[in-house]
Amino acid sequence: MTKSNFTRRGLLKTSAVAGAGVALPTIFTGSSAHAFTNEPTGSTVTLGFNVPQTGPYADEGADELRAYELAVEHLNGGGDGGMMNTFSSKALQGNGILGKKVEYVTGDTQTKSDAARASAKSMIEKDGAVMITGGSSSGVAVAVQALCQEAGIIFMAGLTHSNDTTGKDRKANGFRHFFNSYMSGAALAPVLANAYGTDRKAYHLTADYNWGYTTEEAVRASTEAMGWETVAAVKTPLTQTDFSSYIAPVLQSGADTLVLNHYGGNMVNSLTNAVQFGLRDKQVNGKDFQIVVPLYSRLMAKGAGANVKGIFGSTNWHWSLQDEGSKAFVKSFGTKYGFPPSQAAHTCYVQAMLYADAVERAGSFAPCAVAEALEGFEFDGMGNGPTLYRAEDHQCFKDVLVVKGKENPTSEFDLLEIVEVTPVDQVTYAPDHPQMGGPEATLGSCNNGA
Amino acid sequence: MEAIILQILNGLDKGSAYALIALGLTLIFGTLGVVNFAHGALFMIGAFCAVTLSRILTLSHTVIDETKVDFLGNPLKVDVPYVYDWFGQATGDAIIDWAVPLAILFSIPVMLFVGYAMERGLIKHFYKRPHADQILVTFGLAIVLQEVIKYFYGANPIPTPAPQAFAGSFDFGAMLGFDPNTIIYPYWRLVYFAFAAIIIGGVFAFLQFTTFGMVVRAGMADRETVGLLGINIDKRFTIMFGIAAAVAGLAGVMYAPINSPNYHMGMDFLVLSFVVVVVGGMGSLPGAVAAGFLLGILESFASMGAVLEVLPGLNQIIIYLVAIIILLTRPRGLMGRKGVMED
Repeated sequence: MTKSNFTRRGLLKTSAVAGAGVALPTIFTGSSAHAFTNEPTGSTVTLGFNVPQTGPYADEGADELRAYELAVEHLNGGGDGGMMNTFSSKALQGNGILGKKVEYVTGDTQTKSDAARASAKSMIEKDGAVMITGGSSSGVAVAVQALCQEAGIIFMAGLTHSNDTTGKDRKANGFRHFFNSYMSGAALAPVLANAYGTDRKAYHLTADYNWGYTTEEAVRASTEAMGWETVAAVKTPLTQTDFSSYIAPVLQSGADTLVLNHYGGNMVNSLTNAVQFGLRDKQVNGKDFQIVVPLYSRLMAKGAGANVKGIFGSTNWHWSLQDEGSKAFVKSFGTKYGFPPSQAAHTCYVQAMLYADAVERAGSFAPCAVAEALEGFEFDGMGNGPTLYRAEDHQCFKDVLVVKGKENPTSEFDLLEIVEVTPVDQVTYAPDHPQMGGPEATLGSCNNGA
Repeated sequence: MEAIILQILNGLDKGSAYALIALGLTLIFGTLGVVNFAHGALFMIGAFCAVTLSRILTLSHTVIDETKVDFLGNPLKVDVPYVYDWFGQATGDAIIDWAVPLAILFSIPVMLFVGYAMERGLIKHFYKRPHADQILVTFGLAIVLQEVIKYFYGANPIPTPAPQAFAGSFDFGAMLGFDPNTIIYPYWRLVYFAFAAIIIGGVFAFLQFTTFGMVVRAGMADRETVGLLGINIDKRFTIMFGIAAAVAGLAGVMYAPINSPNYHMGMDFLVLSFVVVVVGGMGSLPGAVAAGFLLGILESFASMGAVLEVLPGLNQIIIYLVAIIILLTRPRGLMGRKGVMED
């Protein structure tokens, strides 16, 4: 015999529990609609392209934007498909991302960290961007990467070469395709030793900010390891336009090699000044004086004109590469715009494609799912040979190009020639390398946001 | 000793640019009483006159070279300058090579016109307004001008080399009995210094020894009295604005080979030039020139490696430190006159 204690209080309790039970799937479904920041719910998905549209790197930013627009065209099934045809992953179908048509919004970083954060924030909060990419400065990259980490958005870095981006400032939501200062040093040192010998006295002029420091550190470490001596390392203000006061004392220092850890306009001016002072015509310590530019870009080489002839440096990618991916991209970009893409355009195009591909493979736009798809991802056909997105620091590892200013350029684009493709093994380092922040540097946890 | 000589040379060179810009600023301030924050933009426009002439001289027609291919694998299109067709390749190359000196002739009418248009079109409406309004409007104009230049020429620096005859550097060390290679100085910077000296001397001679200059100086001292004598001093001051613009423009033309012109080069010089004017004494032409060279030399010494090792960053603040010291001890600057900006 069963005794039923059917009271009013019991009924309320039972109803509440049952109601919660019935409601649970609804709550879960409702929650999953906003399971992560800016989850796309309609037929489109919005990407945020945050590039320098004003300021000293505006031309570089314009080229980045061209590449992003080309990537969007290819992702949506337009154009000739570019690298989608050569990319080893075949997840992308040319029907958008996960069937959603790709749209984009743009922001202006102004190459200023605060402005870049403000524009990224606006694109995330107002435009609903599900991913932020772009930039042309390590300061901007580190700042925007931190913002994306807080917001629960994936950040696919554009042009950023400082070790810190995937070193001490690495973040779980941030990914970098571009190479870094350590890799430049590791790739350059053997080529420099081969060309100029192992008995050299180097004088460093270094841009007085984060990227300059890590580049100087990396080049010093790699060249000193092969026998070079560093006689001086002088910091120069970012705002400096005339470097004559810094160049003039170089010959009196006993140095026979000048390393210009400068980028953009700084490099254009310092190299021009160094050539004006006749450094390249001099002999010191019985050797021809030499100049080295650790990080080259074609746009910088154009600015420096004939002064770059014969000067060694490194670059992430160059349009003269003859692999199928590079040829496809150069053809696609060149046909659309009438000139070859810069390395900034290349890395930004690849980053957009890699993000889209990761979403397809993950089957979700959720940042943590995308991050998981990118971590440890090995791919090819994107212009740099076989490449690994290392899980521990979200840095891409691939061959590094050592280039030299071309002696007899045939056009305004034909300024650099590739002298060596340094194998990836030679530029790979441990994730806890001291130059990368040591053992303390961690990615933290992935953030899906709201 | 070698280092000191070298930094003095450097200072003279930097000081030349400061002095030329400050001279123009002072001319405008002394005549029209306008604080012209667009003066750096005039310097920049001068540099872009050199770029423009260089581009005009290299205007080309395209020839297909079937033996070579371009970046897309198509037959290479080679640009052949029209001057090759007109003068032959050797003479054509020489004309292109001398683009910067030739740009001096090109820039004078351009800069006189720009200065005249700027003064008649905008600045004359602000003569009786407070200095703050003048600063705001001329600063705004400077931004507009640099954005216009960026629109047409892009944001990247544009290499504008000096003629080959002035490439390389002069070995003062060997000449003065020091070790070779210890005191070297680029030929073009020496040319720049000589050019600045000629321009500065020319402006002073113009003001000192011509009737026009005498009237202008009288107008600078007492505008109302000169006007009462029936002289159209306003017209002369407008011409002086054009001359000041031309001085800034010429400084920019000749500076183009030293640092590749870019759209914000005017702003890079503007603040420093104002400090030079204030240190020299508002309204004093000799003061502006003297302060330009003085601060240029001090900045060069502060940039020496040995100095920076002891006092890092001194080169970035030295000009402002000196300005503070001079203004504390001589409130009107080195050669400032009583009454200027003191009403």
